[in-house]
Amino acid sequence: MQLTINGTAHEFTGDPRTSLLDFLRDGCGLTGTKKGCDHGQCGACTVLVNGQRVNSCLTLAIMQDGHAVTTIEGIGTPDALDPLQAAFVRHDGYQCGYCTPGQICSAKGMLAEAANGWASFVSDNLEGQVELSAEEIRERMSGNLCRCGAYSNIVDAITEAMQAEKVGAA
Amino acid sequence: MTRSLTMDRPDDRNRLDAMAQGVIGQPLDRPDGPAKVTGTARYAAEYQIAGCVEGVLVTATISKGDVTAIDEASVLSMPGVIAVISDERMTARAAQGGAGEAPVQQVRQVQYYGQPIAVVVAETFEQARDAAKHLKVTYRADDAAITDPHSAAAPTETYDEPIEQGDLAQAMAQAAHAVDVTYTTEGHNSAAMEPHASIAQWDGQMLTLHASLQMLAYNQKELADSLDLQPEQVRLVSPYVGGGFGSKLGISPEGVAAAVAAMQLNRPVRVVMLRQQVFQCVMRRSETVQRLRLAADAEGRLTGFGHEARVSNLPEEEFAEPVTQASEFLYPGENRRLAIELARVNLMTAGSVRAPGEAVGMQVLESAMDELANAMGLDPVELRLRNIPDRHPSEGIPYSSRKLAECLKAGADRFGWNGADRRPAQRREGEWWIGTGMANACRVHNINEAQASVTLMADGTAIVASDMTDIGTGTYAILGQIAGEMLGLDPTDVLVQLGDTDLPPGSGSGGSWGAASTGSAVFEACEAIREHLAERLGTTEAELTLKDGFATAGNRRVALPELLAGAEVERTGHFKPGEITEAFAAAMYGAFFAEVAVNAYTGEVRVRRFTGAFSMGRVLNAKTATSQCMGGMVWGIGSALTEGLTFDPRDGHIVNPDLAEYHIPVNLDVPHLDVVLVDERDPAGSPLQAKGVGELGICGAAGAINNAIHHACGVRVRSFPMTPDKLLAELPDP
Repeated sequence: MQLTINGTAHEFTGDPRTSLLDFLRDGCGLTGTKKGCDHGQCGACTVLVNGQRVNSCLTLAIMQDGHAVTTIEGIGTPDALDPLQAAFVRHDGYQCGYCTPGQICSAKGMLAEAANGWASFVSDNLEGQVELSAEEIRERMSGNLCRCGAYSNIVDAITEAMQAEKVGAA
Repeated sequence: MTRSLTMDRPDDRNRLDAMAQGVIGQPLDRPDGPAKVTGTARYAAEYQIAGCVEGVLVTATISKGDVTAIDEASVLSMPGVIAVISDERMTARAAQGGAGEAPVQQVRQVQYYGQPIAVVVAETFEQARDAAKHLKVTYRADDAAITDPHSAAAPTETYDEPIEQGDLAQAMAQAAHAVDVTYTTEGHNSAAMEPHASIAQWDGQMLTLHASLQMLAYNQKELADSLDLQPEQVRLVSPYVGGGFGSKLGISPEGVAAAVAAMQLNRPVRVVMLRQQVFQCVMRRSETVQRLRLAADAEGRLTGFGHEARVSNLPEEEFAEPVTQASEFLYPGENRRLAIELARVNLMTAGSVRAPGEAVGMQVLESAMDELANAMGLDPVELRLRNIPDRHPSEGIPYSSRKLAECLKAGADRFGWNGADRRPAQRREGEWWIGTGMANACRVHNINEAQASVTLMADGTAIVASDMTDIGTGTYAILGQIAGEMLGLDPTDVLVQLGDTDLPPGSGSGGSWGAASTGSAVFEACEAIREHLAERLGTTEAELTLKDGFATAGNRRVALPELLAGAEVERTGHFKPGEITEAFAAAMYGAFFAEVAVNAYTGEVRVRRFTGAFSMGRVLNAKTATSQCMGGMVWGIGSALTEGLTFDPRDGHIVNPDLAEYHIPVNLDVPHLDVVLVDERDPAGSPLQAKGVGELGICGAAGAINNAIHHACGVRVRSFPMTPDKLLAELPDP
């Protein structure tokens, strides 16, 4: 069974009980994706599968046949940070750093969802364009727990990266 | 060479202010940031070690009794299973913070539900987990287990010496205004995002453990004592820690299990706790019952002060949640009674969870103070301002720098506090009652022995090294800034190495002492290096200016590489708490201001605005200090509204042992947090004039929310967390 991880083809032949998370961490050495609860409760393991955010602990590696997975390692490196990662550093949108890769992958997916007009629990309208207010970002990032309590800074980091992207696109 | 300082008296030289580099206190980005945001920072379980096998802990399903048999054959034939180990060296509990010796070890004598009793080792995690679930264990249960901490059957003892002064009962009887109320708080779990994890390697002589721990120098002794090794035979590596909050102060059961397995099997063994095990067998904050008695004169000045608490722990544990810690010195009142009663129960170990004592003590005290202000019809800020004692009310010693009044004023200004009309249920927006509340923040200042080495390299860069940890607190950033300021270097030219017992023993991270203690060791080492450089330049340390890699004295200006002439200078700083800890009542202070909305129909509470003004001595990095305060305030929201461990009273098992059922705040629960850092230097705090900041933001925060709820809707909830069910019955007609 083949899947693509950060643009590179990987073969999975392991134990069918292996979660995508454990395959990434132990099978591929991609330990940037974190295990916080193994039950889909904390979001630390969030990765993008075919562009959408997924708790990688809640899906099996064997279910990813032909899928394209993006992990934090595929988003940027210490020498070439993605603007969102740079914004997290600038705004101190992390403390211990353990939930951070999941927060960033989740934010990537969340921004794409909003761009595609997906409404949220706090949206006034279910249709039309989505304006990502701080409240919208808070709601949409609520699947990613941060015990250090960096939420305020995470919202600021995402807001800044989002606005910079808008300016860049305009 | 080592330079030692035992802190016996205040250091009011303010040396850091006399330096020229201008980086101390600056809101610099953390040097560890790029590694953390790219997932390249490596945490305990993430080291790829050839031949490493996987262990999964098996935990008890009775609350008290003995393991009579473990049927190893029931799993040894399963694919990949290597061993079932239930060894007498394994630990049944986590070590308390600073223990430095093995915790309770008898894993086959069960004292609480969820106690580790064995570890199953297999080639893969999937195999080990499966086998751990299938392991057949036989118990002889002891029916005498006490699993209700409020049970009258629980044996109790008085913890420490109660403080008794004057006649509190008489003061209450004669008071112009008095409050006598009892509050309860539920247990808490640290719930750090990284589960406790260890990889053990044994070469026949040396044990190396990659682990997630807060206090390595102490953990090394705890592990060695557990395994009957010499501390020198144990190396701990912990450069990144995915949150601790007290739960990683001492070694926890997975570390010793991994070590025992590695020593028995002669293979590297990794054991990572399942999230449920983190909840069941590391540490809990004890639930509390707290009675507050406040007696005030006509102006609101306290004449009597009573704070009595009941908490619980397992037999043999020395720790009792120090609920009254800040109550000892925050407020006046010549007639006093402060006491803690400790009940012995068969529930998981109670220990340090962020700000042990004040986290729950202050939130209750500050709610009771609000009740007193309301009873008097006085602005609660004014009540606080009228109750700032001149000297420690029991010990008579002076306070070190204390900016409580400044924090109250700065916070009130920033928030736009209006304390004139505190009548409840006056403001309504749609289906929401709106209210505001405030509380004092207070946390004792602790310092701890620490060593760190600083090496000024021949090229003019520097290396700071200590086994100190950075658990998200910003240690990498602030130690680099201290050395950068003292040695005149850009902090990017200072490499900070942490989290390895091969390095000098630091203070560890806990009790908010890390920055002031290990930072002072770095400061001492830098002072010694400055003296050496002054000598090389033919001047005195006082006349020496170090800035941007140049040494200047009089009209001489020399680049450091030139001055060093190929040499490198290494000095170790050794900081020890001395008589200073007894000479002053030193603490961090602050004030919280919260605005909440309470749903008139459901009792749901939303925190809409939250301001905190804090003083912590010198701020070493304004960015990371602000983040620490924010983190504490988020914990305050959790403690106020959602967090509480629920034990099944029948067998003491935790019914909400994971992040789906134990509700820590999520992003939407937290408004934009407004933090004001009030400028302060505390010469009695440390040679840095700094104190601690990691815990202050939680100490009283939930009280401000309680008081805001009362102001919003008129319901005084005397039970934390203040879940909607506790408000519903008393809500006014919508």
